[in-house]
Amino acid sequence: MAKQVAIDGKGVHYTPLNQQIRKAVADGADEIVISNILGQRFIGDGLRGNVTIQLYGVPGGDLAMFMSGPTIIVHGNAEHAPGNTMDAGKVVIHGNAGDAVAHSMRGGKVFVRGDIGYRGGIHMKQYEDHYPILVVGGTAQAYLGESLAGGLLLVLGLNGPVQAREIGSGIHGGEIIIRGDVDDACLATGATKVPLTEEDRMRIAPVIREFADDFGLDPEPLTGAKYTRIVPASARPFVGKYTWE
Amino acid sequence: MDRKRRTMDGSGIRQALSMMNERGSGEGAGYVAYGVYPDYRDCYALHVFFDNVRENKDVVDATLEQWGTIEHDEAIPTYDQPNLRAVHTPWRYFFKPDPSLAPASTSPEDDIVSALVMRVNTARRGALIFSSGKNVGVFKAGGWPEEVADFYRIEDYEGYTWLAHNRYPTNTPGWWGGAHPFNLLGWSVVHNGEITSYGTNRRYIESLGYTCTMYTDTEVVAYLIDLLVRRHGLDLDLAVRALAPPFWEEIDRMPEAEREWNRALRLTYAPAMMNGPFAIVAADADTMVGFTDRSKLRPMVVGECADRLYISSEEAAIRAMEPKVESITMPAAGEPVIGRVAP
Amino acid sequence: MTIGSLPSRYRISIDPVRCMECERCIENCPYGVFRRDGDRILVNSRNCTACHRCIACCPRDAISLEEHPCDYRSHPIWTREAREAIYNQARTGRIILAGMGNALDYPVIFDRLVLDACQVTNPSLDPLREPIELRTHIGKKLAKLDLRRRENGDIELRTALTPNLRVETPIMIGHMSYGAISLNAQMAMARAAKETGTFMGTGEGGLHSALYPYQDRMIVQVASGRFGVNIDYLERGAAIEIKIGQGAKPGIGGHLPGEKVCEEVSRTRMIPLGSDAISPAPHHDIYSIEDLAQLVRALKEATEWKKPVFVKIAAVHNVAAIAAGIARSPADAVVIDGFRGGTGAAPRVFRDHVGIPIEAAVASVDKKLRDQGIRNEVSVIASGGIRGSADVAKTIALGADAVYIGTAALVAMGCRVCGNCYRGLCPWGIATQRPDLVQRLNPDAASEQVANLIRAWTLELAELLGAAGINSIESLRGNRDRLRGYMLDESLMQVLDVRQVGA
Repeated sequence: MAKQVAIDGKGVHYTPLNQQIRKAVADGADEIVISNILGQRFIGDGLRGNVTIQLYGVPGGDLAMFMSGPTIIVHGNAEHAPGNTMDAGKVVIHGNAGDAVAHSMRGGKVFVRGDIGYRGGIHMKQYEDHYPILVVGGTAQAYLGESLAGGLLLVLGLNGPVQAREIGSGIHGGEIIIRGDVDDACLATGATKVPLTEEDRMRIAPVIREFADDFGLDPEPLTGAKYTRIVPASARPFVGKYTWE
Repeated sequence: MDRKRRTMDGSGIRQALSMMNERGSGEGAGYVAYGVYPDYRDCYALHVFFDNVRENKDVVDATLEQWGTIEHDEAIPTYDQPNLRAVHTPWRYFFKPDPSLAPASTSPEDDIVSALVMRVNTARRGALIFSSGKNVGVFKAGGWPEEVADFYRIEDYEGYTWLAHNRYPTNTPGWWGGAHPFNLLGWSVVHNGEITSYGTNRRYIESLGYTCTMYTDTEVVAYLIDLLVRRHGLDLDLAVRALAPPFWEEIDRMPEAEREWNRALRLTYAPAMMNGPFAIVAADADTMVGFTDRSKLRPMVVGECADRLYISSEEAAIRAMEPKVESITMPAAGEPVIGRVAP
Repeated sequence: MTIGSLPSRYRISIDPVRCMECERCIENCPYGVFRRDGDRILVNSRNCTACHRCIACCPRDAISLEEHPCDYRSHPIWTREAREAIYNQARTGRIILAGMGNALDYPVIFDRLVLDACQVTNPSLDPLREPIELRTHIGKKLAKLDLRRRENGDIELRTALTPNLRVETPIMIGHMSYGAISLNAQMAMARAAKETGTFMGTGEGGLHSALYPYQDRMIVQVASGRFGVNIDYLERGAAIEIKIGQGAKPGIGGHLPGEKVCEEVSRTRMIPLGSDAISPAPHHDIYSIEDLAQLVRALKEATEWKKPVFVKIAAVHNVAAIAAGIARSPADAVVIDGFRGGTGAAPRVFRDHVGIPIEAAVASVDKKLRDQGIRNEVSVIASGGIRGSADVAKTIALGADAVYIGTAALVAMGCRVCGNCYRGLCPWGIATQRPDLVQRLNPDAASEQVANLIRAWTLELAELLGAAGINSIESLRGNRDRLRGYMLDESLMQVLDVRQVGA
């Protein structure tokens, strides 16, 4: 029998809130349901384990920062940088999210059903079995995948065409995959478009299915759609800029 | 100090201080007495050195009137001494600040007077407020202790606590403002030694709204005590402990709870800690405290006789004042000796 | 031929009478200066970096080194450096990178400040006889203390202190990352820090598992690249430092080339083998002061408010206001890195021209914090060109709580300040990841040398304090009265708030 803990987040400061969460996790909770969340930052900051946290309301910035394991499901929008420097685990947002979503994320997944702000997936990086995945259901703003060093950044454009400009500025690892066509003018220097191979399609299909499953969407039109894949033009963007004394 | 508030006239302390002439250079001495102005006990007694009464007094009058009421003011009676050149005219005001002018303050009267002292002294316009408490008066000048005593006829004043000091200045010889005691509101300080941490202490106290105007290290002691006791509400012995704290070695050996608060005290008041050699006696209307630096680099002896407490650099001064003294002790370094008068 | 070859920077010569052809120079020089030809050792001086490894290894003192054996026509403006930079850029069209700290000939303010000692009016103290306390606490302090006396006379502390680092000497070792320097070098410094009761920084390269035994003496750094940063890393450190900037290159990011990302570096930084490690210029979750406060809180929240958090900034023109902003966040310490701070590699134009000296930066930060009445509530750590105990004493008198040393600790391990760190061939086993070179640095011996240096400076500091009649370091802090300026101009003395000698 799964152990569920309910917390009323109304007016609770993030420090005692996180203390309650940590205590529930230590006591063996499998699911924590937190109601009346409004603006509390750092929820799940540095949290370990494999608990699932259901958040009702709008959490503040840096949701799931440094998190390593748990799943956080947000029934509402999220502010800036959910999944900041996250190591493992999953953040599912049934709404929109702000700027710098998944900033420096090293592992785990951030799924956003709606749109995200500027600099989504900035400086995500991967290492061995750590492979960060950011999937955006709607659109993303400029500097998508800035300084991207690893992982997968997938934008589905479910609410209309993707508007991002300066995509992949400073990208030196990982990949950005966007449903539909992307105008060359939207690419930043250092980023280049390559065709999506069948192998790539096979690779992203399970991610799309998981995303569709989380949000109750039909995956089939998405797995079969046309995608643009954007990768670094060079793994060494700074070569050629410097000389030694 | 007389713990029963029985007053003593100034002749006794004059005699005691004159025993300490070997320690001075004849360039500054002073006295402070608590209980000297019973008729104006509710007024702040402001003692001012005017360079020139005609030229400088108007500004002080106007400033005081702006912040309250001058109940009475007059020249402090002085008597020419052959070897004492009166470079200032000592004046006294009995002043009542208007508390409605500092509505945000929890102690509006003290705050107004303390701010006025800083303002007048910083302006340097021929006026220096060197005494500013209620029912207390500082009498000081450049000269030998007896000359200064006679200049003010100190024996005409009656007080239940007296401090006196004889100066050997290296920094500001001859400047009357540089003579001890230093006073701010209720607190007065006399000090033997040199505070090597002065630069740190001064910058700390100035960052909290005090202004050092006397060019001498002792001044900060008065302000530090005011800060710790009046503004931060520390007990006097804890305030002294902040100024002359135990060494870390001793703190490390304390039981946990004691160690914790001693550590907290040192960390919080690190810039208030005083270094270098010193023996200090400070007093306010109800209290007298004597303490030395934590390495005990300056002398201090304590005498007791019935209700009276004596603190001095030398036993001789105590015996000169109280030949029948019952006990003479030498307190440990940094350990405060505290006397309190009956309420 | 347009520019042609430039004069060699150094000339190495071997005295054939003294040389016994033992070939130690050949073995020890990774730059290929020496080779054997029959019964002689030949020299290619053009490869020389003046690292002195050959000289240190030669059993017969047969090798000599001369700098600039060939002169340019002398000119006060068109110096050798100016001309050579132009030749370089005319050929390449690129930004010049250089190693070590600021190499321009600015006056050193430290060398124009003199310390005080007691004569007569108060006794100087002999550290052998009297305790001189150097213990320093780095962390947030209270503005005032709520101490109450209970009925039974016990004292009750009603305001809890937040965690502080207790440092036994105000000399700490700054952040030099694994990757920029070798694991043996980090290990040596970590052991020295533990032995001397001080702390060292990890730099932004993560914490190698070999250093876990010393983790309670390590300050873990969080830089814009977030390399090696996870909750485990944050919890291991004694404190956490957010690196905003570096004195050697204020305003720009960092870049560890893929060649240096060997297997161990890759594991520690948590990035793929051989990939470039790029630290962006800003933290992309910090675009303003309130964002910085948020990162401070995020780090404290992640570690349940048990760790002090420092914020390191480069000393730039507005350093005082920035530091005051940091002080108003929950940050425990502001680290200020002056324009002489060292580096493995930085664009020369930044290294030499951007930022201000640490002396002026510390003085203005201390003053600004005092003006706002919050100086004692936050600690100030200064770094960038601290060369000896006198610099430490002067920095503290100007207002710092403690210093970070960097280059000095490397020099204690053998570094000759040749400035070729970026080439990854450090013959002393310090700034290299090449296993045969790394193993030249014996962590046991090197840790003893670094510990000796810290001990020696600590002894000197105690003597300087004693001579000034001060028995505890907090009474030197910000005590500008115990400094005098010698041949400093008046406006600078105003900034430093010191009087001139004789005054």
